[in-house]
Amino acid sequence: MPCASASVKVTELRELIRRRKRWDTIFMLVGVLALMIGVLTFAALFAHMALEGIGRLSWDFFTNFPSRRPAQAGILSAWVGSTLVMLTTAFFAVPLGVASGIYLEEYAAKSWVTDIIEINITNLAGVPSIVYGLLALGLFVYQFGLGHSILAAGLTLALLILPVVIVATREAIRSIPQGIREGAYALGATQWQVSKHHIIPYSMPGILTGVIIGMARAIGETAPIITIGALTFIAFLPPAPLTPEPPFVSFEWLFSPFTVMPIQMFNWTSRPEAAFHQNAAAAGFVLVLMTLAMNALAIWLRYRLRKGIKW
Amino acid sequence: MAHFPLQSDYPSCRPVAPGQATSTVLQGSDSLRLSRRRSRLVRERVIESVLFLAALVSVFTTVGIVYILVKESVIFFQHVSLVSFLTDRQWTPLFDDAHFGIIVLLSGTLTSSAVALMISIPLGTVIAIYLAEFAPFKLREVAKPFLELLGGVPTIVYGYFALIFVTPLLQRVYPDLPGFNLLSAGIVMGIMIIPYVSSISEDAMRAVPMSLREGSYAMGATRFQTATRVVVPAAFSGIASAYILGISRAVGETMILAIAAGMQPNLTLNPLEPAATITAYIVQVALGDLPHGSLGYQTIFAAGLTLMLFTLACNIAGHALRKRFRESY
Repeated sequence: MPCASASVKVTELRELIRRRKRWDTIFMLVGVLALMIGVLTFAALFAHMALEGIGRLSWDFFTNFPSRRPAQAGILSAWVGSTLVMLTTAFFAVPLGVASGIYLEEYAAKSWVTDIIEINITNLAGVPSIVYGLLALGLFVYQFGLGHSILAAGLTLALLILPVVIVATREAIRSIPQGIREGAYALGATQWQVSKHHIIPYSMPGILTGVIIGMARAIGETAPIITIGALTFIAFLPPAPLTPEPPFVSFEWLFSPFTVMPIQMFNWTSRPEAAFHQNAAAAGFVLVLMTLAMNALAIWLRYRLRKGIKW
Repeated sequence: MAHFPLQSDYPSCRPVAPGQATSTVLQGSDSLRLSRRRSRLVRERVIESVLFLAALVSVFTTVGIVYILVKESVIFFQHVSLVSFLTDRQWTPLFDDAHFGIIVLLSGTLTSSAVALMISIPLGTVIAIYLAEFAPFKLREVAKPFLELLGGVPTIVYGYFALIFVTPLLQRVYPDLPGFNLLSAGIVMGIMIIPYVSSISEDAMRAVPMSLREGSYAMGATRFQTATRVVVPAAFSGIASAYILGISRAVGETMILAIAAGMQPNLTLNPLEPAATITAYIVQVALGDLPHGSLGYQTIFAAGLTLMLFTLACNIAGHALRKRFRESY
């Protein structure tokens, strides 16, 4: 008798376990499904852009100015503008971000000033990008009198990606073992010598990853640039940075009106004609390819980094 | 701060054999040594100050944001009372009969955010649990960077996608849907936010110590039971802060709404209608030619201040949640 009841219990137990394990399987399916929704949306977006836009992608598309006739419109002023704005952004964001990161990791003593800076950086990362646009409109455009220029846009985006660069720099620096610093100090190096000869070179790949991710974000940002009043229809290029007469370099382009890729795309998207939507798709495709390439480069760099370093 | 002398910094200071050293040589090299040491100290200090100033830029940014928003809003509120700003049910700042009821824009923001969160929170959480607890190692290594890519697509592209692809798709299911609506913008926004929610939640779950899982398995729990009753509660503070980040992303998102939701102010909580959000209104005004210093120009700063206060509240709530529920192992 006890034997039989035990066997009943075992089958009951097995049934129970099977039922519980069924939930495992169900959840696995749900998880894969949820991932698939993400994958499929991205695939749909990419395929749609490619199919709609590929017909417009030609050499002329890159060398023509925007036009009222959709078939002749191109993105020349947009990609030149984007490139120049990105250069300006990098020029300000990289030194400032790296210097802040080095200060916070290597120099800063634990004090309320450091605490404020740290909390502040976390908060800034959560500020919507359009608020940076309002800051730039009030401060750069009117207070500093920079106008609707490439310089104002570059400064805005530099402030926007500053938290990204700072956080990446700090993480890269933090992963350098303490022994390296101690070794350098033991040989009599000063603090700046330690930073310059050891900390900066060793954290370079990590910093680079952060900078690329930040730039990929900046190149697609639309809202802050619209807010500072970039024009949507620009059929000329900013003055060339190199001139035939001495002093051969000119910085007039910094103060020139401009447009960028996302704004050009916005302009075409908001028009009712379907032909302009095709142009928007083509511009969007170029934009997506650019950001994807930058992100992929950053991911690859990080992957290499994780593999390559053996302290 | 350590300032150790370095041999190579004193090229003139060669080892001197005992007895050879005269007092004058010693004096000369000593003062040389001192002056070099001083100049190096000064250089170190200067460099430190420069680095400190760079770190302060981020503080100045915040100060700048608050200063600009408050300065312009103060002028705005001299013309419009705070009470009518908060209670008026119309938003017509550019009409002759101007009304400034921020609640109209807020309704668009809240509705579209609610749609986005209904997509991103369940999907993001499921993906996070799946990747942290169920997925094989290889799948996780592929899926994580892929999700990052999803978060890296420019929002303008998502906006185009919502207007040209998702809205027609939804119109097949629901033919009365207008061309501009909060629903398709919200859905696309939700998908855009999934990576933010999933990656932070997953990090939080992965930080739960293995011994908790082992204890759960030892008691005979299945994977699903372990995930939902042990890991998720233990990682709750991290998951909650991921949700809050998602909320502040949704509230601050601009281009998707400016493109796909239309820009007409509309007091509604119905996602099937077109409506302007706070962010879309700012874009609309910036696209026009409002003269600097006009009341219309100042409305965008008042709207921006509202937005800023909202996301600030989110950040503080997230911080408090993390502190309150943080488990220490």
